[in-house]
Amino acid sequence: MLDANLRKEIIMEHYLNPLNRQTIEDKNYIKVNTNSETCIDNIDLYVLFDKDTIKDIYFNGEACAISTSATSIMIKLLKGKTIKEAKELIDEYYKMIKGEEHNEELLEEACCYEDIYKQENRIGCATIPWRGLMKALDEYENRK
Amino acid sequence: MNREDFPMMKSGYIYLDNGATTWKPQVVIDKINDYYTKFTANAHRGDYDISLKVDNEYENARDIVKEFINAKTRQEIVFTSGTTDSLNLIVEGFFKDNIEALDEIIIAESEHASNVLPWFRLAKSCGAVVKFCPLDENHYVTLSNLKKVITPRTKVISLAMITNVIGDLRPIKEICEYAHQHNIFVVVDGAQSVAHIKTDVQDLDCDFLAFSGHKMCGPTGIGVLYGKYELLDDIEPKNLGGGMNESFDNIDEVYLKPLPTRLEAGTPNIAGAIGLGAAIEYLQTIGMDKITAYEQELRRYLIRKLEEIPHIKIINIESDSGIVAFNVDGIFAQDVAVYLNKYKVCVRAGNHCAKILKNEVGVKNSVRVSIYFYNTTQELDKLVELLKDKNKILNEML
Repeated sequence: MLDANLRKEIIMEHYLNPLNRQTIEDKNYIKVNTNSETCIDNIDLYVLFDKDTIKDIYFNGEACAISTSATSIMIKLLKGKTIKEAKELIDEYYKMIKGEEHNEELLEEACCYEDIYKQENRIGCATIPWRGLMKALDEYENRK
Repeated sequence: MNREDFPMMKSGYIYLDNGATTWKPQVVIDKINDYYTKFTANAHRGDYDISLKVDNEYENARDIVKEFINAKTRQEIVFTSGTTDSLNLIVEGFFKDNIEALDEIIIAESEHASNVLPWFRLAKSCGAVVKFCPLDENHYVTLSNLKKVITPRTKVISLAMITNVIGDLRPIKEICEYAHQHNIFVVVDGAQSVAHIKTDVQDLDCDFLAFSGHKMCGPTGIGVLYGKYELLDDIEPKNLGGGMNESFDNIDEVYLKPLPTRLEAGTPNIAGAIGLGAAIEYLQTIGMDKITAYEQELRRYLIRKLEEIPHIKIINIESDSGIVAFNVDGIFAQDVAVYLNKYKVCVRAGNHCAKILKNEVGVKNSVRVSIYFYNTTQELDKLVELLKDKNKILNEML
């Protein structure tokens, strides 16, 4: 498990300086909106697939520290991964969110939310981008 | 004021989300408990003592409401589940039959969802038009701005007396006077006002008023629909069933009871209604004018303190209610609320169900503090202390 200070550092770094934050007009990207019923986070994801690979992802929107950082971290982790790998990462991430055993090596920086299951009001925030990703995957697979 | 009356005070929370709901004094809790432990029975079935008692208590609650808002008759008071229920009943039960294609409905961008969406649906279904009253530089509704959007097709103006984000008090009396000269109905959403300022429906001369019990020390699930008798009498009941019919022999011979029972089909929220009655009596012992003045004092105190903090941007410096909306520069409203929660300070973050207000104030989300008479300057000091150091917020918000 990552040290508590390191976890916080990762989150704050990705919150204050999120990567890949940009609105994309290119129609080849699948755009999905992801938000939560209980909080006010509102994020758009732009995902570009190339055959079985996630070639590129961007995001934009207004959201709290947890969901903004979780989005930035997720995108960093997923760029260039195959859809199969992405699905495996989704599984591992959700195991972690529930406080279960998970593969730390695969999740890399995303392990900074290892403790989030203790904060009920933040679980929704940490899963927002991942729910968006699943929507985009569905949409891509339905198009095929 | 009166903190000792509220059992929740023992919880140690600093509760500043009174716009969402309020805490309940012991007298209200006792009243509800009494119904469930000493005289449980249905209303309107008075064949035995406790049922008669329920009947009397339930109808007495109606009289209390009637006196409280100074309605002309008790028939003008209908119990609903809350403001949302009342507004929907007004729109679907009355205006659906009184509005046609191209008629105009005027609301404002600062209205709560429950005073927007029912009108949107009605307009869509019959081809009417929803227009927005332009707001002035303080985001207020003024009569002169309203006049700019009123046309001969305007049928109804529906506004909150006090809004739930900006907290401005609308000049409803003047609006009613002008509107009635032009045959326009006025609907008032009293959710944020009835608990905080004296309400006199005859003086205002509004056609309908909707409000909730739980925002004024009463229980959840109970609210009031007030309407002028002749208008209320025109409302098509949304629900048909027990308690509201006089007789029915066959499909062609169904006779309904007079107001207000006709609009209260089924077993009503008895505990809720008598709990609301107790809440109103409680507020009256304190005095509505005193409550208003004290909340204003607290608000001015908080504004003064917040203005001294450079990283705080107040959205509604001017306001007539106990509502203060602000943002901490560079920190998302929800993160501020989560941080304050760590110190047991309860505030609300979000768009506060006023989703189209962002067009107007340019800010989508904010932190909202809403004060009630049981809050104190010491509690506000604690809030201000926690907000003073931006680094502390950034360090502890996760």
